[in-house]
Amino acid sequence: MTEVAVAKNSTASTSDLVVLKSVNKHFGALHVLQDIELTITRGEVVVVIGPSGSGKSTLCRTINRLETIDSGEITIDGKPLPQEGRELARLRADVGMVFQSFNLFAHKTVLENVTLGQLKVRKADKKQAEEKARALLDRVGVGTQADKYPAQLSGGQQQRVAIARALAMDPKVMLFDEPTSALDPEMINEVLEVMQQLAQEGMTMVVVTHEMGFARSAANRVVFMADGRIVEEATPDQFFSNPRSDRAKDFLSKILHH
Amino acid sequence: MEAREIVFDFLEGYDVLAAFWVTVKLTLFSAIGSLVWGTLLAGMRVSPVPLMRGFGTFYVNTVRNIPLTVIIVFSSLGLADVFGMTLGASDDFDALSFRLSILGLSAYTAAFVCEALRSGINTVPMGQAEAARALGLSFTQVLRMIVLPQAFRAVIVPLANVLIALTKNTTVAAAIGVGEAALLMKEMIENEAATVLIAFIFALGFVVLTLPMGLILGWLGKRLAVKR
Repeated sequence: MTEVAVAKNSTASTSDLVVLKSVNKHFGALHVLQDIELTITRGEVVVVIGPSGSGKSTLCRTINRLETIDSGEITIDGKPLPQEGRELARLRADVGMVFQSFNLFAHKTVLENVTLGQLKVRKADKKQAEEKARALLDRVGVGTQADKYPAQLSGGQQQRVAIARALAMDPKVMLFDEPTSALDPEMINEVLEVMQQLAQEGMTMVVVTHEMGFARSAANRVVFMADGRIVEEATPDQFFSNPRSDRAKDFLSKILHH
Repeated sequence: MEAREIVFDFLEGYDVLAAFWVTVKLTLFSAIGSLVWGTLLAGMRVSPVPLMRGFGTFYVNTVRNIPLTVIIVFSSLGLADVFGMTLGASDDFDALSFRLSILGLSAYTAAFVCEALRSGINTVPMGQAEAARALGLSFTQVLRMIVLPQAFRAVIVPLANVLIALTKNTTVAAAIGVGEAALLMKEMIENEAATVLIAFIFALGFVVLTLPMGLILGWLGKRLAVKR
């Protein structure tokens, strides 16, 4: 495991894993991403917060090109994001994604959800894929649910399966697009704990969330977005105790005091 | 025994079962043909390639608006007579008509299969395809492994309607001389007196074929529905 990690690090020319350069995107008249500059280094946990409609989910989705961009450049591990096609599929396999609405494949069992990518994209051996899937499901605490269908699981369990499904691809970076926003309050923690653990293990993560507690405890850096711009970037301590921008002060005063 | 022989003596010399067997074979082969072609068309209609989308739309809107009789007659007069298409049955007129009918029926029914399936694709949440793409699956893999399996389960009941319509539409093959049920019925009505009874028997024959289709596929549609 460590040997592989070392080999990966030595071949990469830089420690920058995801780089966004002057990225712009419009939804019709709405300029949803405005000159976004963001660099995420290997092993870093970046939490993106901000009010609704500030473009944080869109930002997250541009990184594996689920949203296209109008101008600018995005590179992952030194390679620019390719256009649609095989190259893009190959790149997406290296970028894990966890969605707000889980999006587990409804017609496949939990186990099949976690093996599908390994079998069809990584061309792994079926037995090995299943072993790996079961190990990952155990790790996120849903090992006993392997043969059920997604609809039979609670939201928190489904989201943990979704994390296992993404991890099964051995991604270089994991994107979390509001992973707890669709969950009942009592299920949020079980998902955050899994994410917390991932962060500690050194996974590179981009997390769009409203969970300020998670941002405080797990993030290396907090990116605050408003109206399509990155307004502020800081360590969690700096950001939460001493925000520089008025927009961030306003945002924090609204969410932290009640 | 006496009474039965008198009432049903018009059946003598006609092989009703054999005619219905041809109907069954026409239905079966055309069902397979239209399912395959209709699925490909549906794939084209949701494809990211504009040319394929354009072709799919053009095909469906053209073919479903042409009367089936015209399509079947065209496959006989046009494809076979003018363009010399033989489908591997150059000397055997019966086999040629049979194969041309399957071609015409499949081409026609595929348009309806495509549209039923496309409505099924619309029932599959966007997130399913997005999650699959995010794993690194290609467009065709996403369609084949994630979207279509769920879409098919959603449209089993509408597809049953298409299959029932197809079964009854096979009677149009009589227009180019395929010896299926409707052709035999026409012959019998011309030669026998018991016309109402003859029509009744053939109507019953079709109901016997199609009623189980609707019931079984309706049950299957419920059973296989994807739970979300």
